[in-house]
Amino acid sequence: MTTRREFLVASLSSMAAGNAIAQLPPNIAALRQAALEEAIRKVVGDAQVRPGKVKLDLPPLIDNGNTVPLSVTVDSPMTEADHVKAIHLFTEKNPQPFVMSAHLGPRAGRARLSTRARIADTGKVIAIAQLSDGSYWSDTVSVVVTLSACLEDGLI
Amino acid sequence: MRFFLAVFAFLLLTAEIPLAERRSGYEFMGRETRAMQDDDTTNPALLWVLDGEALFKTNCSGCHVDLKGVAARFPKVKEGRAVSLDQQINACLKGKPFPYESRELLALTAYVAKQSRGMPIQSEWNEATKPFLERGRAIFNRRQGQLNLACAQCHDDNWGKQLSGSVIPQAHPTGYPIYRLEWQGMGSVQRRFRNCLIGVRAEPYAYGAPEYVELEMFLMWRARGMKLETPAVRP
Amino acid sequence: MARVVVNVPADAKRGEVIEIRTLAGHVMESGFRRTERGVLIPRDIITRFVCTYNGVEIFSAELYPAMAANPLISFTTVATESGALEFKWTGDNGYAVTESAKISVA
Repeated sequence: MTTRREFLVASLSSMAAGNAIAQLPPNIAALRQAALEEAIRKVVGDAQVRPGKVKLDLPPLIDNGNTVPLSVTVDSPMTEADHVKAIHLFTEKNPQPFVMSAHLGPRAGRARLSTRARIADTGKVIAIAQLSDGSYWSDTVSVVVTLSACLEDGLI
Repeated sequence: MRFFLAVFAFLLLTAEIPLAERRSGYEFMGRETRAMQDDDTTNPALLWVLDGEALFKTNCSGCHVDLKGVAARFPKVKEGRAVSLDQQINACLKGKPFPYESRELLALTAYVAKQSRGMPIQSEWNEATKPFLERGRAIFNRRQGQLNLACAQCHDDNWGKQLSGSVIPQAHPTGYPIYRLEWQGMGSVQRRFRNCLIGVRAEPYAYGAPEYVELEMFLMWRARGMKLETPAVRP
Repeated sequence: MARVVVNVPADAKRGEVIEIRTLAGHVMESGFRRTERGVLIPRDIITRFVCTYNGVEIFSAELYPAMAANPLISFTTVATESGALEFKWTGDNGYAVTESAKISVA
């Protein structure tokens, strides 16, 4: 959902830059959803992604979308025969959907990863784990992102 | 008669926070942001503190062994002026000061202030500090900018409530310089004041302006006894 | 100037799962921000992180603009033997930083 702030900034800057591409299209939500689905398909291919085994931990109400601490844990024995090969993180509402793709293996001992992401707007964050048997599992968390009150830029 | 009305109006206008109800900005943050501050190994400010340690070795260890407790007593009055910690550091650097908000100055200030972490802020209202604290208090209570808001209106009268989705803290500078998530980096209390001034659509003073130091001095007096948290993480 | 910080326990028991925390000082300019005049600020991010344990890769990651500035990457590994852990960050504009840490495994 384009915020009024985004729309005004985009149209003002497109007027200033004389560059029509700067303007956000009215169907931005649909475009971002399509980009997210394509990104997941790129990683997963035709395989089915099932909810489960993965636990994505991040605050439901975010202090500041610029830096959001999160961690992903996957229920796996992490043995040679049965382990997590990769963990992929996506967001729904960012300008591009990928956050990070981490490659693990049996030497990890535990499938657990912590990092800090940028989340542009209220929406979903998705973690997808690829297991050694070729299956994909996921967890999705919905978060609320608010804008800071006192900024440096001032305008809009 | 007008004098008493003015005093009465002043008392009504400024509902100063009772000492026992003061809370650090830390308590208004989410659990995960607090964890960022608490863990020394993953606090992003660590990158600046380590730089500060290296700079201290090169520039300061000739005279200073350690500076425990120093940051808890700044800003202070020196030679008739209010001086902040970063201004004092620049004065010590004699002839080769670092620019305001430069990485070097923030790193050094963070390293020095961190050595007072956990110590209570020490500030006294006495004959020497009175003129500066009164000016600082006047700035805190004065309506400014196109939005015509005074600091006190948000931070004394409406702390704990929300402004544009963010919770309003009480504005105690207990952790400066801070790693502010909004800046995605380290910054000084002056930079934070400028954000607020721009927020009320006032023209901010230049960096290093005495107004900032006097305001900081007043806020440190207002936060007297509270523990220093540098380097803090704030939204 | 401290460009990266790594936190690895100095010693561990053989077979113990240890936590490794890494912090890299980097602005992670997303490439989506514009200046006040509408000019696009070009992307400048760390794109890859690799950790090796006595030469064997034990963890790696691709990073995208949605990673926060000064990225933290925290992961685990099994303490198999004494030796050195090597960390390498690479990214846009020729960014390349390495760091190492020793571990003693009993």
